[in-house]
Order: sequence, then structure tokens, then C-alpha cells
Amino acid sequence: MLLQQIINGIVAGSAYALFALGFTLTFGVLKIVNLTYGFYFSAGAYLALFATLHGAPITLALPFAAIAAGFIAVFLDSALLSRLRRQQAPELASLMVTLGATLFLYTGMTALIGSEIQRFPLGLIESAPFRFNGASISLTQIAIVMTAGLLAAGLIGVLRATRTGLAMRAMAENPQAGELMGIDTGAIMRRVSFLCGAIAGASGVLIGLEHNAITPYMGETMALKGFAVIILGGLGDVGGALIAGLLIGLLEALTAGYISSIYKDAVGFLLLVLTLWARPFGLFGRASVRRA
Amino acid sequence: MTDIMLEARGLTVGYGDKLVVRNVDLAVRRGEIACLIGANGAGKTTILRALSGLLKLRAGSVRLNGEEIANRPAHAIAARGMAHAPEGRQIIAAMSVADNLRAGAYLAPSAAEISRRRDAALARFPRLKERLTQQAGLLSGGEQQMLAIARALMADPTLLLLDEPSMGLAPLMVEEIFSILATMKSEGRTILLVEQNANAALALADQAYVIEAGRIKLEGPARDLIDHDGVSAAYLGG
Repeated sequence: MLLQQIINGIVAGSAYALFALGFTLTFGVLKIVNLTYGFYFSAGAYLALFATLHGAPITLALPFAAIAAGFIAVFLDSALLSRLRRQQAPELASLMVTLGATLFLYTGMTALIGSEIQRFPLGLIESAPFRFNGASISLTQIAIVMTAGLLAAGLIGVLRATRTGLAMRAMAENPQAGELMGIDTGAIMRRVSFLCGAIAGASGVLIGLEHNAITPYMGETMALKGFAVIILGGLGDVGGALIAGLLIGLLEALTAGYISSIYKDAVGFLLLVLTLWARPFGLFGRASVRRA
Repeated sequence: MTDIMLEARGLTVGYGDKLVVRNVDLAVRRGEIACLIGANGAGKTTILRALSGLLKLRAGSVRLNGEEIANRPAHAIAARGMAHAPEGRQIIAAMSVADNLRAGAYLAPSAAEISRRRDAALARFPRLKERLTQQAGLLSGGEQQMLAIARALMADPTLLLLDEPSMGLAPLMVEEIFSILATMKSEGRTILLVEQNANAALALADQAYVIEAGRIKLEGPARDLIDHDGVSAAYLGG
């Protein structure tokens, strides 16, 4: 029983962690809380659904959805936010613009494809669960943890070991100093938008697979949860987002298993309130991208 | 005129409706150090920020090696060989000293070139060598200033803009920084230096400009300005 809850928690938590990673990176480098981020999650799930309904295997549908979500993110960022950034608009302006745009996008998506729950085609991932010690884990769940782990490791690798990652970290702290070193901060922003959109899209696919339920507003719920995760981990803190994502996934599973699944979605927020009350800068201290 | 590396004409810059720099003409010759001196708030930093592309010009032109660069993005100006070590150092506090140096060489063509420049920078600033893995924000003020200059040198610039390298440093550290600048001058580096420490700046520079309320009040060979009555009364405490 405990083992099963821990497995469920790690599976959900790894998808949360991946989603939060992109969210916190958006904030850390672009310095805005971009609420359209949740939309890329929904978009990713639908794009993968679309691809699989047209016969694509999930190994193809997942990268397709991630890349397409990345391009959507680049487009929306440049359409909605680049002008505000140039004008150095107050943070609240970009927050409201992304809020408005997100609601519009969700409504548009619902109008286009309906609000009923849609499911991936049966047998997408061969699903005889592995059993051991009374617990079970499905191939889908293993794939979710592995994909989330690989993508998170890949992103951290980009941040740590590449020239673009160096530019992202420098920009996160001081875009002007970055420009003076020859970093084209506009181009780096587009790369950050792409990476974050792709990560949100991929986590949308993974959560869609785990629940096997896709709805237009799934990104909204997730964005709220992701918000809790990144505040818990410290805004802009990549390592913090990973740990906090796993933590909330585990807490939710344990709550559902031992208390009641009614409290499942609330427990993360309870943790958020308690943490901020005790540690206003998040579990791990001040916000930064230095844990990258 | 080929020995003029940087030439600004009619440089006019403002914030909002307020003009902070009006109609400034200045030139930096290849292999020389030019300095801007003047009181706090005279517009010296604003001039540097406009030259390196961080601020838009209201009017005027800036030529670097004969090419017009006014109002180009800062990263494009950096790519043409200008490195600006800005006011307040602006090192990346959360990154290690080594990563700060690597970021300074962002436009370097190859890894071999980066390590060549790094060796040269560390030979010039041996203190940084001991601090390579430390977080830059934890360095002392003097070390941070060294890192700011070293990072600008990592770009292998044809023209170096230095904004108040002595600011907030203890006298011994100021001496050390100025002796490093003197070495760089003897090696033929071209530098535009902004300083409040007018004595030290005039002793080092070839050409000097005195800025007052956003305009050039006086200009000439630095050694002439040391003896100039107006300059010594206003800036040299004499």
C-alpha cells in the first residue's frame, strides 16, 4: 500500500517537476509569470492526441507535440510580450496580458474541439503492469518517469554545459550585462520560450497519458499546481522546482491513499501556505537560476 | 584620420523628457586612454551607456573604426569590438568566477581562443585564479572590479570602456587597479575611462574631457588639464 502510493507519487511528481521546471525557467530568465504556460500543457496533450489518432506512435507524437508547443510559445511570447518588454511595462501588465490571453485561448480551444474528455487510442503503450511486493507499475508510468527525468536532465545539461545555457544564466541575473558581453538577449529569450513551451507540451502529453483524460482546461489546473510548485521551490530555482514537484506529487498520493482523495488537490496548496508563512522565499531560500 | 578609433559627434541622450547629455563631441585615438571626469551626475555614465548601445541617442552619431554604430543593439556593438565594464561592475553574482569569464568571451570563435584569453586574463589578475570556482557575488569589492575588467578583456576588445573602476575601493586597491590600467596602456590598449578620481585618471590618460551638466566643459591633453586652474579647483581638491 505505502509502496504503491510512493510509486504513484513519484509518477505524478515527476510530471509536475518537469512542468514546473519550464515554468520556473520562464520566470527566471524572462522575469514574468507567464500564465499562457498552462495553455502549452493543454496544447501539447491535444497535439499528441491528434497525432496518435492519425496513426502516429507515441514515440513520434510526443516529440511532435513538444516541438509544436515550443513554436506556439515562441509565437505567443513575441506577439504578446515582446512589446511590453521593450516598453519596460510593469510586471502586472504582462501578468494581466497573459491571463487575458490564456482565458481567450482556452475558450477558443473549447469552441474548436469541445469540452468533453478525450482519450488516447487504446493500446498506445502496451500496458500489462509489472507487479512486485503487492504494488504495480505500468509501462506508461515507467515511460512518464523516464521521459520526465531525461527531459529535466537534458534541460539542466543545456543550462550548465552549453554556450546558450551560459547566456541564459547570465541573462537571468542581468540582461544588460549580457548584452554588453555580446549576448543577443532577444534571441536567447526566444530559445527560452521554445524550451519552456516544449517542456510544458511534453508534460501535457505525459499527464494526459497517466490520467488518460484530455480536456481543454487541464492546463489551467496544472498551471495553478505548477505555480505552487515553483513558489515552493523558489521562483527561478531549477533544482528547487524539481524537488518541490516530486514532493507535491508524493504528498498528493499519500493524502489520497491514507486520508481521502478529496484533499488530494488541496494538500499542495496547504504546503504552499505553510511554507510561505515560515519561509517567505520558498523552501530553499532566495530565487535564482544558480541551482541549474 | 585612421588613428581615431571612436568618434562621437553631437551625442545627445535623455531619460523621459529630460536631456542628460547634450551635444557632446569626443574622440578616442587608437592606443590611447581618454578619460571623462566630472562631478557625480554630470552625465559621464550616461555617455558610456549611449556609446555601448544601452541607451538610445536622441541625436548624434557614433563611429567605431569608421563604422556608424549609433542606436545599434548593444550586443551588435559588442560584436564590433567594444567592451564596456559598466558602473557598479555588474558581474553575474550567482555564477562562478570561471563562468563569468567564459560569458565575457561569449563571442569568441573557439574553445582554444577562450582558454588563451582566460590564461592572459588570469596572468593579469592572479587573485582571480585562486577564486575561479567561487561564486562571483562572494568576492571582495576589489576582486569584483578585477573580475569586471577581466570579463571585459575576455571579449578581446579593440576598445574598452571602463566606468569608475575605483569606485568604492580602498586606497591600496585603487592603486592596484590603476597600475593594472597603466600596464594595459603600455601594451597599447585603447581605453575610454570614466573616473571621479580625477587625479589618478589625468595622470594615466592621454586625452581628457571635463563633463559638467551634460556638456563638455573643457577638453585637451590630460597633462595640460592637471595644471588647469578650473579643473584643479573643481575636481582635484586644489
